[in-house]
Amino acid sequence: MRRLLYLLPFLLFLGVGVAFYLGFERDPRDIPSALIDKPAPTFDLPAVPGQPATGGLSSAKLTGDVTLVNVFASWCIPCKAEHPVITRLSREQGVTVFGINYKDKPEDALTWLSRNGNPYAAIGADQDGRVSIDWGVYGVPESYLIDRKGRIRFKHVGPLTPQVVEEQILPMVKHLRQG
Amino acid sequence: MKRLLLAALLALSTLAPALAVQPDEVLPDPALETRARAISQELRCLVCQNQSIDDSNAPLARDLRLLVRDRLKAGDSDDKVMEYVTDRYGDYVLLRPPFKATTLVLWVGPFAVLLLGAAGTFLFLRGRRGVAAGADTAPLSADERRRLDALLRKDD
Repeated sequence: MRRLLYLLPFLLFLGVGVAFYLGFERDPRDIPSALIDKPAPTFDLPAVPGQPATGGLSSAKLTGDVTLVNVFASWCIPCKAEHPVITRLSREQGVTVFGINYKDKPEDALTWLSRNGNPYAAIGADQDGRVSIDWGVYGVPESYLIDRKGRIRFKHVGPLTPQVVEEQILPMVKHLRQG
Repeated sequence: MKRLLLAALLALSTLAPALAVQPDEVLPDPALETRARAISQELRCLVCQNQSIDDSNAPLARDLRLLVRDRLKAGDSDDKVMEYVTDRYGDYVLLRPPFKATTLVLWVGPFAVLLLGAAGTFLFLRGRRGVAAGADTAPLSADERRRLDALLRKDD
């Protein structure tokens, strides 16, 4: 019994060591969203000037079906990397994707969209970034999954990858459509 | 010589902390501005993470500084402004985490470890004092006592 007691410090050290080691796996940039399971903020953003075909984006458009809201900018390099993934999600995998164009010059946004294609059902231009602050955006790109009642159910910070889509977004979309 | 002095002065000037708050952000009302600075120093910049928004040059930090000032101008109390920001970014945005159920380990943990250590030390020391007092050692037999006396006498 007393022998075991001598092992205690070693075991404690082992436990702390494992906890810290697992901590390395976590991305310190991935801050949990305060808005999960809360209704999406109320907002009404105009269309990107010169691209009014789809109209702007407002909270009213986020109810009815499960949708993905993607915050992007033409100056954001990872946004270009995730663009094919978003395009596939919208055109082939049947998820309605809305865009929030974050602190972008309208002409840059238009050039970017015509060059890379426009997979968004509608885009709201957030030129001063205020609406994005309401969403808790702290780095583009960010993507939010909205359920049929307009509540935020999932947030991904950083570029969407095929893996994130297959393993997290699509199962969640399926689940939310049933619920 | 003059050039050297100028160079030295220039080098010294870089030692002063760069002010992130731009002149165009400063509120005309000094009382409000003081409150805004105090609040900004409590809020974490989410881009650089270990700076407050008051220190950070990140564009988002500037947007948040402007937001804090807008809320103050709209007549919000300091707590209301803090609440406005934490509603959107969570407790993570606070440089001083609040005391509540989810942060209990953070606040109480070190004291708990200290208490555990103190209890352990106390038990250990009490056990050792028992040994020193000879509580669990048998008294010397007559034979042992004779040998001990013989050994002690040898030194004289």
